[in-house]
This record gives sequence, structure tokens and C-alpha cells, in this order.
Amino acid sequence: MLGNFGYIGIFLLAAIGFAASTILIPVTLRFLGVVPRKPNPTKYTTYECGMETVGKSWVRFNFRYYFFALLFVVFDIQVVFLYPWAVHFNQLRLFGLVEMLAFVLILLVGFVYAWRKGVLQWK
Amino acid sequence: MGLDIAFWILAVVCVGAALAVVLLRNIFRAALFLVLCFFTVAGIYVALGADFLAGAQVLIYVGAIGVLIIFAIMLTRESRQGSPSGRLRLPALLIGLLFLVTMVFVVVGTDWSVVAEIPTEPTTSAIAQALFSGEEGFVLAFEIAAALILAAIIGAIVLVREK
Repeated sequence: MLGNFGYIGIFLLAAIGFAASTILIPVTLRFLGVVPRKPNPTKYTTYECGMETVGKSWVRFNFRYYFFALLFVVFDIQVVFLYPWAVHFNQLRLFGLVEMLAFVLILLVGFVYAWRKGVLQWK
Repeated sequence: MGLDIAFWILAVVCVGAALAVVLLRNIFRAALFLVLCFFTVAGIYVALGADFLAGAQVLIYVGAIGVLIIFAIMLTRESRQGSPSGRLRLPALLIGLLFLVTMVFVVVGTDWSVVAEIPTEPTTSAIAQALFSGEEGFVLAFEIAAALILAAIIGAIVLVREK
């Protein structure tokens, strides 16, 4: 089991290494003088091609997003129950299926309530 | 040996991230370091052989709680100013120290039942057996958990919908 997590560790190291190297390679090349320094206004824009950004990035976000975050947390907790159930499903058989159906049906009431109240719609 | 090295790297990163959460002025960066702290705790769970706990940690804390905290900061109007230093610094320090002393006292005083060696089998299936099986499982508690989550959903809808 730990061996499998070793693979995840290797992936993690590769991801960190990739992110670090994409930042460090230009910095090192600049430091060594390989890359010439020719600043101009276009180089300092946020996106060289694409829409110009408007305003600051520290804006206050629409509060409706929080609602989706809250619902996400709730259904994330449901996933924590679904995950061991799915792993062990072959041994649990019909009883496990009925059990989980009841669980999901109870939570579906909340989902239907949210739907009926129109909170899932973006006005 | 490899596990020891992994544990110490994770532990150092975890404590460093936790310190960054407390010491950074910019609360958005503090929140990101909190997520890093959660993630390293998940890594420590893996090193201890608790694979399901690590998965749950990543799902709930890194995923859900991290998103919730970051959203809450992004919805706050004056988040750029960070946390201003207030008059409650000294009381907060005292309460924090009291909490630390209590925690250390409890951790040292508890008689932990330690396994001789790290379990090598995946634990998820065993947890599912203990939780869902008909004879010795916690079926009623599981369904009550569903009702609790339902109450949380409806409560969140009612609270957030009010203008």
C-alpha cells in the first residue's frame, strides 16, 4: 500500500519540480546573462495577447459564489461515505446498496429543496 | 528509513506552514498556507499507514474547508489590508499558551495504544466493513449522519437566501 503512495510522492515531486523549474530557468538564464534585457511596455502587460484586465484583482467577489461553496462542502462529505462503500461494495451486496440508497435519498431531499427554491439558478 | 525521512520533511513543512498562517499579514496567503498545512497532515497520515484518513483529509480539509476559507476571504471587502494588530494580542497569547499547555498535558498523559508495526494492508475496506455491515455495523448512525447533512444543507440555504 505504501508503495502506491510512493508513486503519488514521485508525482508530487515531479509537479513541484516542474513548477519550480519553469520559474527558475528564466531567472537563472537572466542571471547568467544568456537572455538579453530589453524591457518595453508590452512585455509588462498581464497578458501579451488576450483581454486587458480591468481594475484591481482584489475585488470583492459576488456573494452567491459562497452558496456553491457551501453546497460543495456538503456533497464532499457525502463522498467521504461513498468512497469506502464503493471500495467494499462486493462484500456488502444488496444490504449495502439499500443502505446507501436510503442515504442518498435523504440527501436528495436537500438537493430538490435547493432546486425548488431556485438557489441553483444564476440570476 | 525512507519513511522517517518523509515524515520529517512533512513535519517540518507542516510546522512551517502553520507558523506562516499565524505570522503572515496577508490573510489570503495565510489561507493558502493553511491548505498546505492540511495537505502535509494528510501526508503524515499516509506515513502512519492510515490511507483512508489521508484520503478523507484531502477531500474534506484540502478540498472543502480550503475552498470555503478562500471563498470567505474573497467575499470580504477589506481583505487586502490583512489582519490589523488589535488590543487583544496579549489575551490571545495567554489563551493560546493555555490551550498549548492543555494539549501537551493531554497528549503526554494519554495512554496511547500503539501498534507494533505500521499496517501494510489498505484500511478502507476494513473501515467500510465496520461502518456498513449489517451485523456489527453502524447503519443507524450512518443514516442519522445523512439526516444531519440534510439539516446542514437546508440550514445553509435558508441562511444564505435571506437578503
